[in-house]
Amino acid sequence: MDWEYFLELLLGGLTRGSIYALIALGYTMVYGIIELINFAHGEIYMIGAFTALIVASVLNYAGMNHVAVAILAMVAAIIYSCAYGFAIEKIAYKPLRNAPRLSALISAIGMSLFLQNYVLLAQTPDFLPFPSLIPDFDFWEPYAHIISSQEIAILATTVSVMILLTVMIKFTIIGKAMRATAQDRIMAALVGVDINRVISVTFVVGSATAAIGGVLIASHVGQINFYIGFIAGIKAFVAAVLGGIGSIPGAVLGSLVLGWTESFFTGYISSDYEDVFAFLFLVLILIFRPSGILGRSETQKV
Amino acid sequence: MLELKNVQTFYGNIQVLKDVNIDIREGEIITLIGANGAGKSTTLLSVSGIVPPRSGDIIFDGKSVTGKAPHDIVAMGISQVPEGRRIFPYLTVMENLDMGAFLRKDKRAVKKDMGHIFDLFPILAQRRHQAGGTLSGGEQQMLAISRALMARPRLLLLDEPSLGLAPIVTRRIFDIIKKVNLEDNTTIFLVEQNANFALKVAHRGYVMENGRIVLSDTGLNLLANENVKKAYLGG
Repeated sequence: MDWEYFLELLLGGLTRGSIYALIALGYTMVYGIIELINFAHGEIYMIGAFTALIVASVLNYAGMNHVAVAILAMVAAIIYSCAYGFAIEKIAYKPLRNAPRLSALISAIGMSLFLQNYVLLAQTPDFLPFPSLIPDFDFWEPYAHIISSQEIAILATTVSVMILLTVMIKFTIIGKAMRATAQDRIMAALVGVDINRVISVTFVVGSATAAIGGVLIASHVGQINFYIGFIAGIKAFVAAVLGGIGSIPGAVLGSLVLGWTESFFTGYISSDYEDVFAFLFLVLILIFRPSGILGRSETQKV
Repeated sequence: MLELKNVQTFYGNIQVLKDVNIDIREGEIITLIGANGAGKSTTLLSVSGIVPPRSGDIIFDGKSVTGKAPHDIVAMGISQVPEGRRIFPYLTVMENLDMGAFLRKDKRAVKKDMGHIFDLFPILAQRRHQAGGTLSGGEQQMLAISRALMARPRLLLLDEPSLGLAPIVTRRIFDIIKKVNLEDNTTIFLVEQNANFALKVAHRGYVMENGRIVLSDTGLNLLANENVKKAYLGG
């Protein structure tokens, strides 16, 4: 067995999985709070990538320092995506809060199509080159075939984001309010939680992580178009369901499992079937464990 | 202190509360008794703003709470222990209590109050790091009441605190309700099916049938009332 190749696939899967996780977190947090699959979430990720592209192009043209460009592009992407996430909830979901769940789902799909076509018209239907925001460091070159400095940056960023998010949800007052709202929305209101605010915060936080994911992967892949949110969104959604939708550790675990599945299958079998493997795996998991790897069965609600 | 004026509440097209009038003065323990489905829980949910009335008015301390958001009503000083306790199942006992004090800014006093709660219910102190969903029914009821007290409410709404509890536990819960009323001057609005217990601790009581208030009197008079005896006290 070629261990170096195995290691390469392992790390490649880890990087891929951690990107899925950044997006999957948004799906799972929103589902945990309002039991809605936010199909427009992939578009938030795409809008983040576009924002970063625009800002980075302008700043690069102005001849700004490389690190400053990367940071400013990231910050702009986060702010812009958060604003979109906030607005989407207010416009497309809040008026349907007490409507049948199917209505909100259709509204979500409509929002997704609207945003895709809006970017298509406002930008271009073609792929645009995306500048590499993270440089290849010279000292790392000997090991770059196993894991590139880009991938290291992706891993480092995702791990920090996850730690920050965990701390926020476990220890801050708004995190506690989010968990309480997810467990029992009416009771949360009865102890004084402003449910609308918690829902908005959830959308904003999910959008921020999606934007970070969008920028990292765009910089890694090197090109974007209006459609990237769709496939990335579906994959992250698969990961969230795999891990158990509504569970945050589940979303991370599901993403890693999905990343490794894709990486190993494409590495050892064939890269043509990458998506086939991913969805085959989803079907198998759902047959044998319908609530996902870490999902809670609904019977615990008393 | 709390006044319900001609309150009419609906679930969709079904009218649950029909012209309900209730008047509660500061420092009182008031009970609302009635059969299952009479509209008792809906009355409390209307006061808390979860199921706002379609018409009529609910006035607390001279200010209307009708149409206000539930969290604003909590901020005015009304806390509720709802039907079924509704403990946050995956939050620990301490986190459940913290949530009770969600709107309070006086962190030090909150800590002191939590210590006070643990003195009152030592079993909760023992289980402080356990998830709320793992507690027994009686422990959950203690936690639900404690969580509501953590808000330091001026008016406490209790929905069937005795439901499913052994008589000893029920007695203990009622003792604590009385204690809170006396020592903290917390006004209490108690919904109960266990009319016997409730009428003994309450200053006054209301009887509800099919969404209407059909009778109101002092607790002792209601205990002696023949119709009440027949319908709610088992003969």
